[in-house]
Amino acid sequence: MEEFSNLMQGFSVALTYQNLLFMLVGILLGVLIGVLPGLGGANGVAILLPLTFTMSPTSAIIMLSCIYWGALFGGAITSILFNIPGEPWSVATTFDGHPMAKAGRAGEALTAAFTSSFVGALIAVIMITFLAPLVAKFSLKFGPPEFFAVQLLTFCSFVGLGKGHPAKTIAAMMLGFALASVGLDTVTGTLRMTFGTGELLRGFNFLIAVIGLFGIGEILLTMEEGLAFKGVHARINPSVVWQTWKQLPKYWMTALRGTLIGCWMGITPGGATPASFMSYGIAKRFSKNGEKFGTGEIEGVIAPETAAHAAGTSALLPMLTLGIPGSPTAAVLLGGLLIWGLQPGPLLFVEQKDFVWGLIASMYLGNIVGLIIVLTTVPWWAAILRVPFSIIAPIIIVICAIGAYTVNNAMLDVVLMLVFGIVGYLFKKLDYPLAPLVLALVLGDMAESSFRQSMLMSRGEVSIFWSNGLVGSICGLAMLMLFWPVVTKLLARLRRGNNDLDDARPVE
Amino acid sequence: MIASVNDNNHSDDGKPHHGVSTRAVEFAVAVFTFILGIVVIVDSRRVGAGWAEDGPQAGYFPYYIGIILCIASVWTIWRALFSAKDVAGVFVSHKKFRLVLSVFIPSMIYVVATYFIGIYVASALFIGAFMYWHGRFAWTRIIPISVIVPVVMFLLFEVWFLVPLPKGPLETLIGY
Repeated sequence: MEEFSNLMQGFSVALTYQNLLFMLVGILLGVLIGVLPGLGGANGVAILLPLTFTMSPTSAIIMLSCIYWGALFGGAITSILFNIPGEPWSVATTFDGHPMAKAGRAGEALTAAFTSSFVGALIAVIMITFLAPLVAKFSLKFGPPEFFAVQLLTFCSFVGLGKGHPAKTIAAMMLGFALASVGLDTVTGTLRMTFGTGELLRGFNFLIAVIGLFGIGEILLTMEEGLAFKGVHARINPSVVWQTWKQLPKYWMTALRGTLIGCWMGITPGGATPASFMSYGIAKRFSKNGEKFGTGEIEGVIAPETAAHAAGTSALLPMLTLGIPGSPTAAVLLGGLLIWGLQPGPLLFVEQKDFVWGLIASMYLGNIVGLIIVLTTVPWWAAILRVPFSIIAPIIIVICAIGAYTVNNAMLDVVLMLVFGIVGYLFKKLDYPLAPLVLALVLGDMAESSFRQSMLMSRGEVSIFWSNGLVGSICGLAMLMLFWPVVTKLLARLRRGNNDLDDARPVE
Repeated sequence: MIASVNDNNHSDDGKPHHGVSTRAVEFAVAVFTFILGIVVIVDSRRVGAGWAEDGPQAGYFPYYIGIILCIASVWTIWRALFSAKDVAGVFVSHKKFRLVLSVFIPSMIYVVATYFIGIYVASALFIGAFMYWHGRFAWTRIIPISVIVPVVMFLLFEVWFLVPLPKGPLETLIGY
C-alpha cells in the first residue's frame, strides 16, 4: 500500500494551520463564486490565480482547488432556491430541486444535493488516490507520439461526446489552437501572427480568455434575461439534515450510477455538465418513480449532483498524470502549475511528491470542510442573491477587469477581456461550446510540440501515430470518440432494422 | 447579410418579434471564423508551413489548424444557409440588445477611463453610474457602495497583497 503511506504523507502536508486556513478561504470564496452569476469555477480561479504567485505552490493549489470544490457546491444553492443554475453543471439539479423547494422541502433538497455532491466527490477522490499513480507510472513510457495521441483523444471526445454540433465544437477548438500559436514560436524563434505589433508578442493568455468568455459573456447574457431573482427561503436545521440522511441510503444505486458516469466523463473530458444530464436521464429511466421526475423527486437531485461533483473531481486525474485537464477549471489549475514552475505530467508524481499528495489529501479534507460549511451557511448565500443585480453586475465586471489586469499588468489585456466577452456572448447564444476553446488555448503549445517532436522522429510520416500497439490503440479510440454519434446511430439502426434518414448528420 | 427581421416575420405564437435573426448572426460568426482561418493559413505560409532541414517549420502545425477551422466554418455556413432548423428564430430582440449594450458600452467607457484616472476612481464611477441607471437607487445607497468597494480593493491589492493596479492623479495625490 504505497499509495496509503503517500497519502498519509500528503495529509501531513495539508494539515498545517496555514493550509487549513487557505482551504477554508478557498471553500468560502468558491461557494460565493458558485452563487454569483457571471463568476464560476473557471474564471473565479483565473482571477485569483495572480494573487497566488507569491504563495508556495502547495498552498496555492490547495486554495484554488478548494475554490473549485466550493463552486461545485455553490451551484446547487442557486439551482434549488432560485431556479437559476449558478453553474452549467447544476442545470439538471433545477429540474427536481426547485420543485422540491417550492413544495417547502428546500432544506431536504439542499441537504440531498450537498450530501450527494460530497459522496460523488469522495468516491472520485478515492479513485484518484489509487488510479492516478498507476496512470502516471504507465504514462512514463509515453513518448511524443503517445502524448499527442492522448491529446487527440481529448479533443476528439469533445467532438463526439459534446452536446454542440460537431462543426461548432471543431471551430471553437481550432480557434483556441490558433490563438495559442500567436506570438513567439519558442522552437524556431519565429514570430507568428503578430502582424508587427509588440503587444501580441506574448500571445494570448488563456486566463484573459477565460475571464472574458465566462465572466463578461455571462454578465451580458444574464442582463439579457432581465434579472429578477425570486427565491425560496430556506433554513437547514440539524433535524432536517438527519431526516434526509436517513432516507438517502435507499438511493445508493442512483448515487453509484451517477458517480460512475461522473468519473468516466471527468477523465475523458466530457465534463461535469453532460455528466449531470446523462446521470439524470439514466436515473429517470431506471427509477421506479421515473415518471414523477421533474415534480420534486429527491432522486432527481441525487443523480445530477453526484455525477457533476464526481466529474469535476476526476477531471483532475488526467490533469495531474498526463498534463491534460478534463474541464475548463482544471485547465486553469494546470495553467497555474506551469506558472508556479511545475511541469504537469507523469514526472510530477516522482519529482513533486509533497505537492501531488498534499493536493490529493486536501481533496478529502476540502470536501469534508465544504460539506460542513455549505450545510451551515446556506441562508447567507441565499441572502447574497437577494442583493439586486444592478449592484452585483458592476462589481463583478470590476473584479473581472482587475483579474485580467493582474495577469500581466497590462491594460491591453483588459481590452482583450471585453473582446472575449463579446465572443463568449455570441458563442454561448449560438451553442458553440467554450470548454474546447479554452482547453485548446491551454494545451495548444503542448499539443504542437508533441506533434512536432513526433514528426521529427518519423521525418514527417504521419504513420507514426499507428506505428505501435499503444499509440495505435489510443488513436483508434480517438477516432471512435470522434465518430461516436455516427457509431451509435449506426448501431441503433442495425438494432431497429428500419431507417429514418432525416436526422442523420453529415460527417466529414 | 445582417438583416433585420421586421413585422413580416411572426413567431409561432403570433407575436411579432423585432430583432436580428439567428440565421444572420450564425452566418456572420461563421464567416468571421472562416476569415480567421484564412489569416492563420496565410500567416503560416508566410513563416513556412513545410519542412526545413532541421524539422518542421514554424507554420507547420498552425497551417493545418487554419485549414480545419476553414472547413468547420464552411460547414456551419452551409448549415446556416440551407439546412439547420435551429436558426429560424430571433437571435436577440432590439429591446434585449439595448439592455446588453447598456452594460457593454459603459464597461468599454470604464476600461478606457482606467487609462486616465486609474482603476479605483473609474470603478467607483462605474459602479455608481450602473446603480443609478439600472437600479434607480437613491444617492444615499449609491455613494456608500461605490466608494466602499474601490477602497476595499485598494487595501486588498495595494496594501496587503502588494499588487499594483493602474492608478491615476488621485492616488498620486495621496502618495501612491
